Amino acid sequence: MARMAGRRLLLAVPVLAVVTFGVFAIAAASPFDPAKAYAGSAGLGAGQDVFDQLRENLGADRPFVARWWDWVTSAVTGDLGDSSTLRQPVADVIGERIGWSVLLCAVAFALAVTVGTALGVLAARRRGGLLDRIVTSLSYTLEAAPPFWLGLLAIWFFALKLGALPAGGLTDTGSDVATAGQVASHVVLPAVVLAVSQLPWFVLYVRQGVGDALEEDPVRGARARGLRERTVLLGHALRSGLLPVLTLVGSRVPELITGALLVETVFSWPGIAAATVQAATSVDFPLLAALTVLATAAVLVGNLLSDLLYGLADPRVGFDG
Amino acid sequence: MAETGSTPEGATKPPPDAATGSVPEVPTVWRSPGAGTRARGGAARRGTRALRTRTSAVLVAVVVLTVLAVPALVPLDEQAVDLGSKLLPPSWSHPFGTDEVGRDLLLRCVYGLRISLLVGVVAGLAATVVGTVVGALAGALGGWADRVVMRLVDVFSSVPHLLLGVFIVAMFRPGLWPVVASVALTHWLSTARIVRAEVLSLRSRPYIDAAISGGSSRLRITVRHLLPGVLPQAGLAAVLMIPHAIWHESALSFLGLGLPTHEASLGNMVQAARGSLLAGDWWPTLFPGLFIIIPTLAIAGLAGAWRERLNPRRRSELML
Repeated sequence: MARMAGRRLLLAVPVLAVVTFGVFAIAAASPFDPAKAYAGSAGLGAGQDVFDQLRENLGADRPFVARWWDWVTSAVTGDLGDSSTLRQPVADVIGERIGWSVLLCAVAFALAVTVGTALGVLAARRRGGLLDRIVTSLSYTLEAAPPFWLGLLAIWFFALKLGALPAGGLTDTGSDVATAGQVASHVVLPAVVLAVSQLPWFVLYVRQGVGDALEEDPVRGARARGLRERTVLLGHALRSGLLPVLTLVGSRVPELITGALLVETVFSWPGIAAATVQAATSVDFPLLAALTVLATAAVLVGNLLSDLLYGLADPRVGFDG
Repeated sequence: MAETGSTPEGATKPPPDAATGSVPEVPTVWRSPGAGTRARGGAARRGTRALRTRTSAVLVAVVVLTVLAVPALVPLDEQAVDLGSKLLPPSWSHPFGTDEVGRDLLLRCVYGLRISLLVGVVAGLAATVVGTVVGALAGALGGWADRVVMRLVDVFSSVPHLLLGVFIVAMFRPGLWPVVASVALTHWLSTARIVRAEVLSLRSRPYIDAAISGGSSRLRITVRHLLPGVLPQAGLAAVLMIPHAIWHESALSFLGLGLPTHEASLGNMVQAARGSLLAGDWWPTLFPGLFIIIPTLAIAGLAGAWRERLNPRRRSELML
């Protein structure tokens, strides 16, 4: 197991290298000019020679492969460059914000797994029944609904109409310190929306897994032994039906990041995904590049976790990957 | 890392190889509902399914006709600002109400759907062409070319789609073509996998052996014999791609990284409605969202029926 983890971590190195290379290649092919981005509004009215000088100082006149190599070598030492919009080192930006993103995603994910499993089991109990049809149709509709739209409607209903929950941010306006109570009340709405956007997948998978397991021999055997329906459903069908779902949980990281990009923006959540969007709208290349790589790393970790879970949950699978 | 199928067995059902960073193309959800269930409600289920297919077909037809006919038939200008009638709630004269500068929301939604569909179709087709070419090349060439290409697909799929899209659009400035390009560049992966698998399974057929013994060149076999065989699957992938592309475009537009803000794209409309939503007016937000959901479900329902016909063994109970 440790060997597999080690091998996969080694394999992640070339993947990350290729992704960073791609990021630099795209930037080189685009009309993006690092010198103009660096100068910002101070560069308005500056002559061509000023920009040429700036480009030389920034090293932006060199081929992108050389710049990529510089970036990689300094990234290894922890220096990810400076964000041009936030005027602070990229590493600091990430350090300040990543905790909030992890909090939001963890709450949302836990919620999606629990609710998704419950709804999936309920639907699987009688496939084709009324409850099943309601749950599945709802899942499709939610899957088709854009998360940002759900988020806005949630703000309208829960924050404006009911006044029950805050509409966004991390703390109430006017208070600078993030107390646990404030964060708890502010995380509810974004986490629920993020969970709802991830929910359909869990519901449909659990429904399928448990529904199939209900038709397999172990369940038939348990029924023949006269066990209670509840025991059969939760003790036998859920256990074997949940296995394939659990193992795919790790591969949901890309979707979670996609959802977080939209949800954090809607709720002005001070996380890393909202920073990505800000970096993109203001073409903050150093920040954007670092965050793209970070997201890729998160995806790779998710994949590794999911493979490890697969091996732990199902002893028939070896760790020879 | 598991060898991502250089065998035809990997063909019809991509392995749930989490190492590739992707959910398998065909989730277990879409597989056969199992013998017992089918015995219980076979006819009723078939009836529901036929009804769903028919409803989807009608909806798709309505959507296509609307976006084609309304701009031609209705002489009103969707950009026409009427500050005297801003933020009117839904009524008979404005079924969806009006937005913050008094534009009729129904008309704007239709125009938005038109742009979103256009972007969706163009981007979906572009993604399919890229995916088909890459997948067919990888499958037909085999060997190290195949391995390199498929590794690249794996690498590509470990970057979250929307994030890569955001990056591309940010670097190339928001606009119609960067959006199309970013959707196409992030969505060809699944098509490439499907087409490659299909090519691999076709390659072992006798008629290909016959063509090889007949002395046909590799290129000729690929173009004449392999590509026509994968076209149905590629076509299906293209249709399934349209809702994804619409979703992607609306998300980018909503983030302010999509189409120019004056353009009536559905994502732009939701973004523009944020101010009025916070003032309590729900309709400028609600309707554009519904205009994203309904065509998505209709297209997915229709594509689901097509998929059942193409892959009868992989009976799809579900849509999307």
